[in-house]
Amino acid sequence: MDIHEYQAKELLAGYGVPIQRGAVAYSAEQASYAASELGGWRWAVKAQIHAGARGKAGGVKLCTTYHEVHDAAQSMLGKRLVTQQTGPEGRLVQRVYVEIAEKFERELYLGIVLDRKAERVRVIASAQGGMDIEEIVRTAPEAILQIVVEPAVGLQQFQAREIAFGLELNLKQVSRAVAAIMGAYRTFRDLDATMVEINPLVVTADDRVIALDAKMSFDDNGLFRHRDVAEMRDLSQEDPREAEASQDNLNYVGLEGDIGCIINGAGLAMATMDTLKYAGGNPANFLDVGGGASPERVAKAFRLVLSDAKVRAILVNIFAGINRCDWVAQGVVQAVQSIGIRVPLVVRLAGTNEAEGRKIIEESGLPIISAATLAEAARQAVAAAAQPSRALPGNTR
Amino acid sequence: MSILIDEKTAVIVQGFTGDKGTFHAREMIAYGTRVVGGVTPGKGGKQHLDRPVFNTVKEAVRATGATTSLAFVPPAFAADSLMEAADAGLRLVCIITDGIPAQDMMRVKRYLMRYPRERRTMVVGPNCAGIISPGKAMLGIMPGHIYSRGNVGIVSRSGTLGYEAAAQMNALGIGQTTSVGIGGDPINGSSFLDHLMLFEQDPETEAVVMIGEIGGPQEAEASKWVKENMSKPVIGYVAGLSAPKGRRMGHAGAIISSAGDSAAEKTAIMKDHGLTVAASACELGSTVAEVLRGRRTRPTSS
Repeated sequence: MDIHEYQAKELLAGYGVPIQRGAVAYSAEQASYAASELGGWRWAVKAQIHAGARGKAGGVKLCTTYHEVHDAAQSMLGKRLVTQQTGPEGRLVQRVYVEIAEKFERELYLGIVLDRKAERVRVIASAQGGMDIEEIVRTAPEAILQIVVEPAVGLQQFQAREIAFGLELNLKQVSRAVAAIMGAYRTFRDLDATMVEINPLVVTADDRVIALDAKMSFDDNGLFRHRDVAEMRDLSQEDPREAEASQDNLNYVGLEGDIGCIINGAGLAMATMDTLKYAGGNPANFLDVGGGASPERVAKAFRLVLSDAKVRAILVNIFAGINRCDWVAQGVVQAVQSIGIRVPLVVRLAGTNEAEGRKIIEESGLPIISAATLAEAARQAVAAAAQPSRALPGNTR
Repeated sequence: MSILIDEKTAVIVQGFTGDKGTFHAREMIAYGTRVVGGVTPGKGGKQHLDRPVFNTVKEAVRATGATTSLAFVPPAFAADSLMEAADAGLRLVCIITDGIPAQDMMRVKRYLMRYPRERRTMVVGPNCAGIISPGKAMLGIMPGHIYSRGNVGIVSRSGTLGYEAAAQMNALGIGQTTSVGIGGDPINGSSFLDHLMLFEQDPETEAVVMIGEIGGPQEAEASKWVKENMSKPVIGYVAGLSAPKGRRMGHAGAIISSAGDSAAEKTAIMKDHGLTVAASACELGSTVAEVLRGRRTRPTSS
């Protein structure tokens, strides 16, 4: 799960990472009022979206009057901001963050990530912050400082100090940078984050070290013990169908093709999509119904897949271990009868209670194409999607 | 022979008396697994499925001589139960639980390092289907009837895709020594490499199927080892060729998830290291059959 910049800063500040004073605003009026409340004479108005590279895309504006703050907020709110990281559809801006803007001398980079290979937390820093860190990795990897954290004891002061001295800070700045690095690490560790990125971490003329931008991502599996973090989720930043699916514990990702997929297990789902492509078809989605797929969940999966107008055929591929084919079959039959599916439906059931499941499908009398193997299922689905559409009986939607 | 488990392996179930623990322990017993008891803190002294329940893993080990456990413990308590199993000296723990925080697994893996290699517990999972040595023992949630005894090992990140491989092989009359699901989480208890090493040493295993997915460095690491150390043929497959590039926020992830993360890259790495890669998921069985035919007709050089 991702959160907004202002939320990340709020969490980091709680662990002693210095940030600028700022306030979130949902309207242009709120934004100019926030600027007047914050005081000062220069403010940054920043579009809050779950993506980076906002500056170059016009998502960050420096203002010197309340009027300018108002107009900057007005120009962002309600619009879709397209950055290098959002894809062409962009992200809807519903909140802006108004922050006191200050001059700074240096821009540094600080990142903390879960490193799958090392199975450890890794702290990454660079003296060349503010710019594209990936570019630095490519062109000057020696300019990247890295520390691997020993999980039994956590990040140590000396490690943070090594980074701070490596960034060529003066003594006053070093002690402040160490506090910021330790605070960012504790935020990461305590809240089950998978990423904290402070880019840039700036150094001011009077030797203060401040997190000027911040991004955080969290381990979804850890959210159960951080209710306050879980509540920061902003569904408007997610694909609406994916968000709806996650509410029902279904894992859905929309794609470009025309064959709707309902499958159990992420690996089998990906392999089935690959097989469809290999057979000349094109999957419309990834959908993992997971273990313990009840008839209700199967019906929900059908509704979700059918909410995509591009879908011309549906392939259900279930290899049941912890699932039961008879339950899935009941769900399929109920979904066809209640939703009224207007596209051909191919069902492949294997594993636990396979025979019972197939019997339910056969005895339903519905025109469902039954397949015994993955190869046959893929072939049938690709052929069905290529046919002119026809309706299955049932209540029409 | 087989790897990890057989009909003699004495197994306890952690989370024995819960709904899932009960259901799957019953299935495992029906399959022939030697389940000697279980652990549920606070229910020690009771009998469940005609077997004793203990409060702690240590007590269970003392009373039953168990060497292995299957854990059905909710995510919040999973790390704790894995460390308890390691501390009690179990040789193998297979954990099915899905949804364990990654940082918990990180700490578990660190904890396992407290013990010297020869006494270190092997963890299989989490978020996996388990382990089966067909006709001997089953430690997990898989449908036992789709497997049969034979000479090919399977190691897979995905549970259901592992089933798919077994079913295709069975349709062609090819059985398995052992099938291991290592799980789909970012941090696994054990890796492809750990199990390939065991299959290499197992005299009955003639070939191994390794089924990977997008993300993570494991497939590349295992492929390298295969080229340098493995005398037996390995059939590979990586799911996710058609998967869209993951949405990401910021750049920090990209710095360490260096080259080799996508299905196409991993497939290329497998081929470069001498693995035979199945062209699609429906050719897993036929690719194994081809490799075995080639091996049996050709005199072995090694």
